[in-house]
Amino acid sequence: MKRLILALGLTLAGAASAETVNGLKTADEFAGVQNDEERSVAVFQEMMKVIESPRCLNCHPRGDTPLQGDDMHPHMPPVQRGVADFGAPGMYCTTCHGSENVAYSTGDGSIPGHVPWQLAPVEMAWVGKSAPEICAQLKDPARNGGRDLAEIHEHMAEDGLVGWGWTPGEGRTPAPGTQAILGELVQAWIDTGAMCPES
Amino acid sequence: MTNFTINGRDVTVDVEADTPLLWVVRDELRLTGSKFGCGVAQCGACTMMVDGMPRRTCITPVGSVDGASIETIEGLEGREAEAVAAAWQGLDVPQCGWCQSGQIISATALLREVPKPTDDDIDAAMAGNVCRCATYVRIRQAIHDAADSMEG
Repeated sequence: MKRLILALGLTLAGAASAETVNGLKTADEFAGVQNDEERSVAVFQEMMKVIESPRCLNCHPRGDTPLQGDDMHPHMPPVQRGVADFGAPGMYCTTCHGSENVAYSTGDGSIPGHVPWQLAPVEMAWVGKSAPEICAQLKDPARNGGRDLAEIHEHMAEDGLVGWGWTPGEGRTPAPGTQAILGELVQAWIDTGAMCPES
Repeated sequence: MTNFTINGRDVTVDVEADTPLLWVVRDELRLTGSKFGCGVAQCGACTMMVDGMPRRTCITPVGSVDGASIETIEGLEGREAEAVAAAWQGLDVPQCGWCQSGQIISATALLREVPKPTDDDIDAAMAGNVCRCATYVRIRQAIHDAADSMEG
């Protein structure tokens, strides 16, 4: 009985030191998973909460049209990806998107902005893909922009356009957690072997 | 204070930095050819050239164009602009005309970059310029005509 109480106390202490921020668990919350492979998969599933956020998916679309809004509707006006993932000649992303979010002067909402503002290349499309598919894609240099795992961490933890996902301006729900917590999760995933879920 | 050039003229405006450029150009500088349509970058009526690139000015804070070169319909110049103007007149493109300054800015921007655009090029470049009179068929033809006239 004494042992049970002690175990319960440790569990509660562990739970108290971990936390969930804005719907995203911190890497510490997975410390209790003893098996590295299982911990890696669990951490990746937590990363998926950010990856599947409209803030990320809208600019990692399949096909040649970005998505928009929390409901991920096709971008209006109907812009095209273009050869450089930056729009078509005469209608580049910068026709509307500036260096920062701009609140509309005539009503609610805002137009998002950041430099650069562009789509992820089509080989990095995430929309409609499962966690195992996205995980494999993230680790494949042919489909991740030639990045090694450290560079994947850098993209997710430090990239400014990725970071915009947590400060998206009025009318858009921020991505879960914070970019710093995502960075810690990605590092924990890498440190445990960057394992992918099977389903 | 924000400084920029508009149609080649140096100007200084004393307005809040978050004032949309369209407001400043129409109300302070009294160049009213650029129109207010939607206010949310959905229609293209407010399009001007900012440093040579088309830009929706209803969502462009004037503070962000400090030092920039702005062209409006009143001062648009060059080979492509002249070809577009002639083609527009030749086909009587406008109906009510509200969107047309934006259409002409976007068409000129396209031709500066793609001298002989295809229908797809035109559709992609003009996708953000809405015309409530639906003059799209004439707009597309006028852009082709302008391109043809520059070849000759």
